Amino acid sequence: MSGLLVGAILRSPHPHARIRSIDISAAEQLPGVHAVVHAGNVEQRPFGYNHDNLPLKGDKVRFIGDELAAVAAIDEETARQALELIRVDYELLPAVFDPFEALDESSPPIHDELPDLEGNVAMRWDFDHGDVAAAEAEAAVIVEGTYSSPQAAPAAIETHVVIAAFDPDGHLTVWSPVHMVFMYRKELADCLGLDWQQITIIQPPVGGSFGGKIDIDPHDFITVMLARKARRPVRLVLSREDEFIGTRTRQPIHFKLRTGADAEGKLLFRDAEIVSDNGAYNGWGSHAMLVAMNTITSMYRVPASRVRCAVTYTNKNYGGSVRGFGNPQATFAVEQQMEELADALGMDPMDVRLRNANQPADVTPQGMEITSCGLTECLQIVREQSGWDERRGKLRERHRGLGAAAYIHVGGGARIYGSDGCGAMVKVDDSGQITLISGSSELGQGSETALAMIVAEEMHVPLEAVHVINSNTDVKPWDVGVHASRTTFVAGNAARMAAADARDQLLETAAELLEAPVDRLRIVDGTVGVVDDPERRMDYARLVRRRLLREQGSVVMATAFYDPPTEMQKEYRGNISAAYGFGAHVAEVEVDPDTGMVRLLNLWTAHDVGRAINPMLCEGQIEGGAAMGIGLALSEELVIFDGRIAAPNLHDYGLPTALDVPRIVVNLVETIDPRGPFGAKGIGEGGIIPPAAAIANAIADATGIRPREYPMRPWKVKGWIDTQERSIVVRNDA
Amino acid sequence: MRLELTVNRDPYRREVAPDASLLTVLRDDLGLTGTKWGCMTGDCGACTVLVDGEPVVSCLQLAQQVQGGEVTTVEGLGRDGELGDIQAAFVRNGAAQCGFCTPGMIVAAEALLRHNAAAGEAEIREGLAGNLCRCTGYNKIVDAVLEVGRARSAAT
Ligand code: FES
Ligand code: FES
Repeated sequence: MSGLLVGAILRSPHPHARIRSIDISAAEQLPGVHAVVHAGNVEQRPFGYNHDNLPLKGDKVRFIGDELAAVAAIDEETARQALELIRVDYELLPAVFDPFEALDESSPPIHDELPDLEGNVAMRWDFDHGDVAAAEAEAAVIVEGTYSSPQAAPAAIETHVVIAAFDPDGHLTVWSPVHMVFMYRKELADCLGLDWQQITIIQPPVGGSFGGKIDIDPHDFITVMLARKARRPVRLVLSREDEFIGTRTRQPIHFKLRTGADAEGKLLFRDAEIVSDNGAYNGWGSHAMLVAMNTITSMYRVPASRVRCAVTYTNKNYGGSVRGFGNPQATFAVEQQMEELADALGMDPMDVRLRNANQPADVTPQGMEITSCGLTECLQIVREQSGWDERRGKLRERHRGLGAAAYIHVGGGARIYGSDGCGAMVKVDDSGQITLISGSSELGQGSETALAMIVAEEMHVPLEAVHVINSNTDVKPWDVGVHASRTTFVAGNAARMAAADARDQLLETAAELLEAPVDRLRIVDGTVGVVDDPERRMDYARLVRRRLLREQGSVVMATAFYDPPTEMQKEYRGNISAAYGFGAHVAEVEVDPDTGMVRLLNLWTAHDVGRAINPMLCEGQIEGGAAMGIGLALSEELVIFDGRIAAPNLHDYGLPTALDVPRIVVNLVETIDPRGPFGAKGIGEGGIIPPAAAIANAIADATGIRPREYPMRPWKVKGWIDTQERSIVVRNDA
Repeated sequence: MRLELTVNRDPYRREVAPDASLLTVLRDDLGLTGTKWGCMTGDCGACTVLVDGEPVVSCLQLAQQVQGGEVTTVEGLGRDGELGDIQAAFVRNGAAQCGFCTPGMIVAAEALLRHNAAAGEAEIREGLAGNLCRCTGYNKIVDAVLEVGRARSAAT
C-alpha cells in the first residue's frame, strides 16, 4: 500500500493518575511525523459496555498501558522518537489493585465521573432460585471453600495488526482481525462520528484470537484517528509487550462457594459469592459472570441456589471475552466441590455426578432448555478409560492421583444481543462453482471447512466444489460475530438453509428441462438425473447456463438468515442458547511432594459435540482448548505487582510448549441435536473448561490437600502441602 | 551495509542497515513473508529459519551475521508449487489451525528430521519445544512429524 505510515501509541506508565497537561508540540515538529493525536485534538465519544472508556484518555489514566496519545510517522524509528517527545504532566493518584478492597466504599474512586457507583463496583449480578435456607437446614453434608484464578491472556501467536485507509471521497477501509465485525463497524462510527455506511471492514487471515481479537479496542479507534488526521493510510502493529499490556485479558474471578447435599449425594443447594476483578474498564468482560452463573445453577440439578456477583473496577488491564468466558474459573470451583462433597459423603465422585447430572429435556433454574445432553455418557467414558474405579484414591503412595471435571457451555449460540443470527448466501455460477458467502469469520478454528462441508452435503457435491467468502463487510450478510462457540451451529444452519434453497432452484429448472416432477429427480455428485432413466440428466453447470442464458433468465442464488429460537434473559432467566454442550475430563498427575511440581501424565476427554461435522477439526478444537486449559491449570499467569505486569513476554507468561501437553485422549460423543445443522453443536470452547478443575482434583487425590487457586505452580502446591490445606466440611451428618 | 545471501537456493544482494535482523530482511526486503514473528524476543519460534542447515530464530539474528550464508525459509521447503513432505503431513494430520506458528514449526521439524529421521516422540517434543503453538495443543503436530520421520527412514 503506497504511503503507508507506521502508527505508535503512548501508554500510561502509571496505574492511576490525573493528566494535568499533555504537550505534543515537539513531536509534531519532528520531521517524518504526519499526525499526533491525543484527547485534546480529536473527536471521540465513550465506548464500552458501561460507556466508561475513551480511546485516548483525557482526564485520567486508570492502568499501566492506558492509551494517552499516538503518532503516525514514516517509519518505526521516527514514530518511537516522536513518542519520546510527548510530554505528559501527571498527578499521581492512590490506586486500587485488590478487588476486595475495590468493594469498599472508601477505596480510591477509579471512575469518579460515573455517578451512583458504590465503591468501585461496576456491576452486580444477583440470582435466587428456590429456598436456600430450607435446603441448607435439610442438608446432610455441606462443603465450603474459596477458589481463585489469576489474570491470564489469550496470547495468540500473532499480535493485533490494524490498517486504516480513507479514500479521497472519505470512504474508510479498515483491515482488522476483529470477529464481531458488524458491531465493530458500528462502534467505530459511533465513537468517532463517522458515517457507518462509508466504512468497509476487511478481515485478513488471523493468526489466532481465542477472544483476544473479538471486540473493538482503543488501538482500533486510534489507527483510524491517525489515518484521518494524517490523510494517509496507517498501520498499527502491537508488539508482544503491548499485546500483553494493552489488549484484553481473562479476568481473575474469586469464588466463595458452598454446596450441600443429602445423605445419598443428591444436591440440595449452592450458595456463591463471586467477585470479578475486571480491571480499569467495563467491557464485555463483565459478562463472564453470566457464564459463571450458569455453571453454578446447572450442569447438575441444583434445586436451590443463591448467587451474588460483584464486578469490580481495579487499576489493572481490563478483562475481555477470552475462550471459555468465565467458565474455566467457575468450573474450578464447582467441580472441585463435587469431589469434596463426594469424599465427605464417602461416595465415589463419579456416582455423585451421575446422580445429579443434567439430562435431555431438563429445564434449568435459569430457564435454559436442554435439548440433547451427553453428560452422562461423557462421564461414563472417561471413568472407564481412566480406570477410575480401580485407581482413584489408590495411587497416593506413588504420589499420583486422578481427578475429574465436567462442564456445561452454550452450544447453540448465546443471545446477548437483539439478534443472535447469521446471514448466508449461496450462489451457483455458470461453471457450476458453488460459493457460500457467510456472515461468520474464520480465525483458524476451521469454520470455513465445516461450513463448506455443510453446503456440500446439502447440495450433493464434493467439498472442493464449494468456495467460502467471509471476510468483507461490503459483501457478506450480517452476523453477530464469532463468540460463544456459535459458528458451526448458527452460521452452519444459515448456510444449510441457503444451500437447500439454491439446490431447490436447480431442481426446479431440472424438472422443467428434464420434463420430470421434482420428486422423481435425484442428485448425485452435482448432477441431477431422473430416477430409472440414466439418459435424462444434467449437471449443475448446464442447469445454471440453461436457466441463465435465455429470455427472462435468472441466476441461481439463495439467501438465508438463521436466528436461533432463543430469548434474551430477564433477571438471568431465559433460554439463552438453542443447544448446550457438555463434556468430561479425567486428569492423572504426579506430584513431587518435596518441590510441589505437578506433572500431568494423562488427560482423557469426552465431549458431546452433537454431531462431528469434521471429526479432525473437532479433535483439534478439543486438544487445543485442553492445552490452553492445561496452561491455565499449571503455568499461565500475568504476575502483577502494583499494577505492573512483571514480565510481559511469552516465556515468563508460561505458555505451554510441546513438552507440557501430554497425549490427550479425545472421545467425540454424538447426541445429534435436534436443532443443530445435521445435529452439530458448538465445540470451540469446551476443551478449555475442565482441565484446571480436573487437575486440581487429581492433585487432591495424590496428596490429600485442596488447591485453592490456579495456576498450580510448584511453590503454591508446596505451600498447600506444608500448611496442609484441606477441604472444609462445615457439616457432615452422613 | 551490503549483504549477500543465498535464500532458498537463490542468490540475493541487498543494501541493509547494520542492525537489521535476518527476519526483517527476509520479510521486508525480500518479500518472503512466510516467516512470521510473534515476539521478536526469541520466545515463540514463529520466525525459525535454517541458516547453513541449522535452525535459528531469525528475529534475534543480525542479518550481517549470516553474510554469505545459506538460508532456507518455509518457502524453500516445497518445490515447483508442490508441498514438501512435512507441509503435506501437516495438512493431512490437521496440524495447523490458524497456521501462524506453522512455518516456523515446519522449518524446526525439517532441521530435527535432517539430524535424525528416526526421532521418537520424546525427541520431537524436545526439538519443537522452542516453537509455541496456541491453537493445536501440539499432538497433531507431533503426529505429522512422526509420520514424515517414518516415511523418510523407510525411504533410505
Ligand atoms: S519472533 Fe522470533 S522467536 Fe518469536
Ligand atoms: S496453528 Fe495457530 S498458533 Fe499454531
